[in-house]
Amino acid sequence: MTMREALNLALDQALAHDERVFLLGEDIADPGASGPTKGLSTKYGTERVLDTPISESAIVGAAIGAAMEGFRPVAEIMIMDFIGIAADQIINNAAKLRFMTGGRTSAPITVRTQVYGGIGTGATHSQSLEAWFMHVPGLKVIVPSTPRDGKGLLTSAIFDDDPCIFVETIRLGPQRGMVPVDPGFSIPLGEADVKRPGSDVTLISYGRGVVEALGAATQLEADGVSAEVLDLRTLVPLDVAAMVESVGRTTRAVVVHDAVQFAGPGAEIAAILQRELFGRLSAPVERVGARFVPNPAPPALESQVYPSAQRIVAAVRRTLGLESAKTGAHG
Amino acid sequence: MTADRTVGVSPEVQRRLYELMTLMKAADDRLSKGIASGELQCVYWPPRGQEAIAAAMGVCLRRDDQLVTNYRGLHDLIGKGVPLVEIYGEMLGRQTGSSRGKGGTMHIANPECGVMLSTGIVGAGPPVAVGLAMAAQRKGLDRVTVASFGDGATNTGSFHEAANMAALWDLPLVLLCQNNQYAEMTPTEHTMKISQVAHRAGGYGLPGVRVDGNDPLAVVAALTEAVDRGRSGGGPTLLECVTFRFRGHYFGDPMAYIPPERLAAALEADPIPRFRSRLRLAGICSEADLDEIEAAAVTAVEEALTAVLTAPGALVDELDRDVYADPRNCPA
Ligand SMILES: Cc1ncc(C[n+]2csc(CCOP(=O)(O)OP(=O)(O)O)c2C)c(N)n1
Ligand SMILES: [Mg+2]
Repeated sequence: MTMREALNLALDQALAHDERVFLLGEDIADPGASGPTKGLSTKYGTERVLDTPISESAIVGAAIGAAMEGFRPVAEIMIMDFIGIAADQIINNAAKLRFMTGGRTSAPITVRTQVYGGIGTGATHSQSLEAWFMHVPGLKVIVPSTPRDGKGLLTSAIFDDDPCIFVETIRLGPQRGMVPVDPGFSIPLGEADVKRPGSDVTLISYGRGVVEALGAATQLEADGVSAEVLDLRTLVPLDVAAMVESVGRTTRAVVVHDAVQFAGPGAEIAAILQRELFGRLSAPVERVGARFVPNPAPPALESQVYPSAQRIVAAVRRTLGLESAKTGAHG
Repeated sequence: MTADRTVGVSPEVQRRLYELMTLMKAADDRLSKGIASGELQCVYWPPRGQEAIAAAMGVCLRRDDQLVTNYRGLHDLIGKGVPLVEIYGEMLGRQTGSSRGKGGTMHIANPECGVMLSTGIVGAGPPVAVGLAMAAQRKGLDRVTVASFGDGATNTGSFHEAANMAALWDLPLVLLCQNNQYAEMTPTEHTMKISQVAHRAGGYGLPGVRVDGNDPLAVVAALTEAVDRGRSGGGPTLLECVTFRFRGHYFGDPMAYIPPERLAAALEADPIPRFRSRLRLAGICSEADLDEIEAAAVTAVEEALTAVLTAPGALVDELDRDVYADPRNCPA
């Protein structure tokens, strides 16, 4: 099934299985719904799948309040660029309630949101902002790359006791894969997954970056380079053990993500790797992220911004000493 | 909403309104045809059906009056005098675009024409319009700012914060709501308890007015009053213009969520044929005049499109420009 169908199935089963679950967001009910919530209001009613006004701050705030009272709300922020409007509720309420109240209250919400990008919508409809939320203690940050992971991780997020930011990617929506239909299926948060084993270099990624990394790995294979692709799946909690194990073996790492490279998730990953593996690395950790520029609308320009298999291959070649480091200021 | 407001709008201005409306429609028709056939590639949120409102802005605002609009801005931009080559150029990613092609459909500005901002984020415009109006007030200018937005935008916190501030500080601002009865796929009556957006004004102490947004003369009358109020120091107005978007939210929207009878009724009230017959009945334009106006609009649109399609695409160099005033501030 597609990623969209897999996410739909996770929501469907959560609604079926647990009365505490309800969904709220803009255009999520039928007949207007077109994404992962399609069909759910018809099946479960508009009391459990609520269309809201365009009020991102109140959507998340309301989810928090209901979660404090034992519900398991899944709030949708249609496109990640709009999350700034809800950011106060996420960073000052959801993330901190448990701590500030000494554990007496908590906000186990799930905020589903979607990254656009690569579809010509321009600078305010294309950003990958997951690093913002990694930076706020108390939040969990999840970015699936396959339909199977999407279903398993969304199920975990909904029933997790902490607030989760669940980042979907529009370009992965139609992607197909095998998905367990068992309602009991879930994937624990904080467990990375080797999407392709290899021995010369580790490509560490998540979300859409994984697809590019796998493409690069195939190209590299033709050149006799064996690349392992490690899909982090969750950025917080971060599976440091899996990263260290893999890079400890390959001794080379390239971090790949659609988020802006500068101060992006790769910065933290590179810092951890150099500390844990100092002296065992054969080359500096490379990063391939989006260029430091608001996303341009024309496809010809936009494609220059994101990681591509070509840019990843060039970064790998630098770690192998096959290409000069100078050529890769942007990875 | 049905009062005859023909009185007071000169024949020249009425003719001008029709010229603007037909140009807006021709620009939409050509773009729609091109996208549908695959000839043109761009994202597009069509304002077809909302032309009367933007044409009224075109005749009521001075060039130095300012406008903040949004993604559904083709008609507003034309009304405010932004050249079509700049609009089409930006939508289609060409160097003739208002941002040399890199901003895209949703983010068109042309400060010389007073278009300061188009936002892709719903509700983000009104607060900035507050600042523009504040600047005019501080500079002692008699300029007015119009913030144009949809019905759905009035559910954002941004709108409410801006309305309150504008009223509090008596700003020369018109909060112009183009109520097309839907926000994406959701009908307005599902997202607010009140029956009129204009009622929101009462909560902030500014006048709230509702007019038939498909009647250009009704919009001109109400907008003239609001603009005069702002210009003379009387403060802001919330003006709700009731209309419809005929092509749905985005181009290609199958509109399955709109009951067919609702769409049919809306199409029946299409502002363009309605105003056309009014001009003829009032003896302002002959059939030949009207045909000529329509043909001129189509020609102007074709010329602009040809200029855009023969222009080079946005340069990759643009990526390194305009991130900061000084590009050396970008991290390597
Ligand atoms: C803050 C924010 N939330 C959601 C969206 C997605 N979105 C784009 S247009 C739109 C509907 C806006 O409706 P309305 O204000 O009535 O304007 P219309 O599109 O009808 O002209 C929505 C929800 C957005 N762009 N920004
Ligand atoms: Mg609307």
